[in-house]
Amino acid sequence: MLLARILDDKLASLYRGGKIHGGVFLGRGQEALSVSIGLSLRKQDIFAPLIRDAAGRLAFGETVLDAVRTYMGSPLGPMRARDGNVHRGKPREGLFVMISHLGAMISMVNGALLAHRFKGITGTVGVASLGEGGTSTGAFHEALNQAAVERLPLVLVVANNEYAYSTPTSRQFACRDLVDKAIGYGIKGHDVEGNDLDACLRLLQDAVDRARNGQGPQLVVARLLRLCGHGEHDMADYVDPRLKSATHGRDCLKVAEEQILQQGWTDRSCLETWRNEAIHKVEEAVAIVQREPAPDPYRENWCALASKHLSEGFSGTGA
Amino acid sequence: MSITYLEAIREAQAKALADDPRVYIYGQDVGAFGGAFKATKNLAQEFPGRVIDAPISEDAIVGSAVGAAIEGMRPIIEMQFADFSTTGFNQIVNQAATLFWRTNVPCPITIRLPSGGTSGTGPFHSQSLEAIYAHYPGLVVMTPATVEDAYSMLLEAVVIDDPVIFCEHKLLYYHLKAEKLPTEALPTGKARIARPGRDMTLVAYSAMVHEALAVAEELALEGSEVEVVDLRSIKPLDTDTVMASVARTGRLLCVGESWPWGGVTAEVIARVSSEGFGLLDVPPQRLNAKDTPVPYHPSLWAAHRPTARSIAAAARKLLRM
Repeated sequence: MLLARILDDKLASLYRGGKIHGGVFLGRGQEALSVSIGLSLRKQDIFAPLIRDAAGRLAFGETVLDAVRTYMGSPLGPMRARDGNVHRGKPREGLFVMISHLGAMISMVNGALLAHRFKGITGTVGVASLGEGGTSTGAFHEALNQAAVERLPLVLVVANNEYAYSTPTSRQFACRDLVDKAIGYGIKGHDVEGNDLDACLRLLQDAVDRARNGQGPQLVVARLLRLCGHGEHDMADYVDPRLKSATHGRDCLKVAEEQILQQGWTDRSCLETWRNEAIHKVEEAVAIVQREPAPDPYRENWCALASKHLSEGFSGTGA
Repeated sequence: MSITYLEAIREAQAKALADDPRVYIYGQDVGAFGGAFKATKNLAQEFPGRVIDAPISEDAIVGSAVGAAIEGMRPIIEMQFADFSTTGFNQIVNQAATLFWRTNVPCPITIRLPSGGTSGTGPFHSQSLEAIYAHYPGLVVMTPATVEDAYSMLLEAVVIDDPVIFCEHKLLYYHLKAEKLPTEALPTGKARIARPGRDMTLVAYSAMVHEALAVAEELALEGSEVEVVDLRSIKPLDTDTVMASVARTGRLLCVGESWPWGGVTAEVIARVSSEGFGLLDVPPQRLNAKDTPVPYHPSLWAAHRPTARSIAAAARKLLRM
């Protein structure tokens, strides 16, 4: 989560320096929850991250280089400059690539898990990330119900970070608690303080284990606060200042450092070493990508089909 | 022995299931019930665990197919009616259609859309949506008009490494018959000269091919030879075959059952006009359904869509130009 924070900070500064095309979306305040997802998963599992999941992606196996290449539009990145920023992944390695339409990734994870069932692959789990805003979509409902009907090993992690862009939870849902939605789908619900690394690690491992052991879909709802704008273009002046001083408004990275020191896992100098290593790793990746060529529109094949022989290549300019 | 268009679709799915363990069928009522139109009759019994009833969730049905395709499966999705595919529209056009281009991972899914009007089915069980799907990059759109094509193109759809929108016309399900299933077929992307003629080119697809053939028959009695081109797939669109036909006849009428704004007929005419303007002796014409929702009552419905009668009138006018 430290590496994710440092990567995010670097991306934000590159954005402010005009080095990134399009938006930059940070996971600040959500790293404890996100990293817990990545750490609870194994190879062959499926992870469909969302925009604030840099930590989870890295823990699941994404490289810093892939992240930077996608943000900076390098044709050498996994998206080959065709898509950018948070729209990145390697589907064949279980890291699904989010589209912008919220809730749409959940049923995709369901389908991957169904495929595992067809192929006789057992013991795999799929996690989809969502924010509280995404729970208002029809796609969320359809997919969670589908997973429940098929009793799929799906873990849906909802980060309730108080705001969907600028919209507060009071304009998003009217239920007492989002975790209560689990009852309606006939699945197990869990809630957790999303800025408490220790609690998140334990809870995610428990939810993932339950799914892996055949107990069906699990809904995890984490309470936390987004400690940044929706994107770096957003000043987020709509955030209620009282939330920032609330327990769940504490920075998860500081909470994690306190926990680590208190439990004697390591000392301050070691934390400082980790930080320096992370900074070095990120700077090194940025330096590599800045030397890479931009995509060449004349070498792009402009073909949306895998079956090239069925591509028309027609753009209305005549024969 | 004879086989209907619907039976051909059922047989193609049975063959696909038998040939390839990666194929499964998912949709509403497709399991033990055999589908609303019986296109999956007995398949759940013949292929246990591979023909699965879905909840009424078109978005999740398509989304899950994309996820399964990434993991190496080849799902066939039955939308109960083409009209309901709009509830799964986002997953079709934004998820399935963009997957390969974004990630280099193919998305071999087949989405069957029982399409087109039948008498008495009204605005929400009668739509022809091929044009709206053809508009999006990353999709193949098939519109078979014959029993043979229904069979062979559905089999090809399952093999193609891209999402295929398979528009099967409900009006052809029970009445259209062939002696036997084909053993060979034209490849997807090739149109077919359904009837040769030298006086005008009548381009059609799906159920309209049969209206067009009836018109050709009728006009032959009046001494005019109408060449009928069956597009077979509208994306890719076989512009070459259309253009070659227009080069022979100099006259073009294009007919479609979907709505008039944009769409297949407009696309065909735009291409012929821009690439083959000099081949045309007279301005090209098109005929579509009226620009309203599809009406319920049989007399309104019959007047809403192009029929042999209205096509013949348009053809006679074109021949007199």
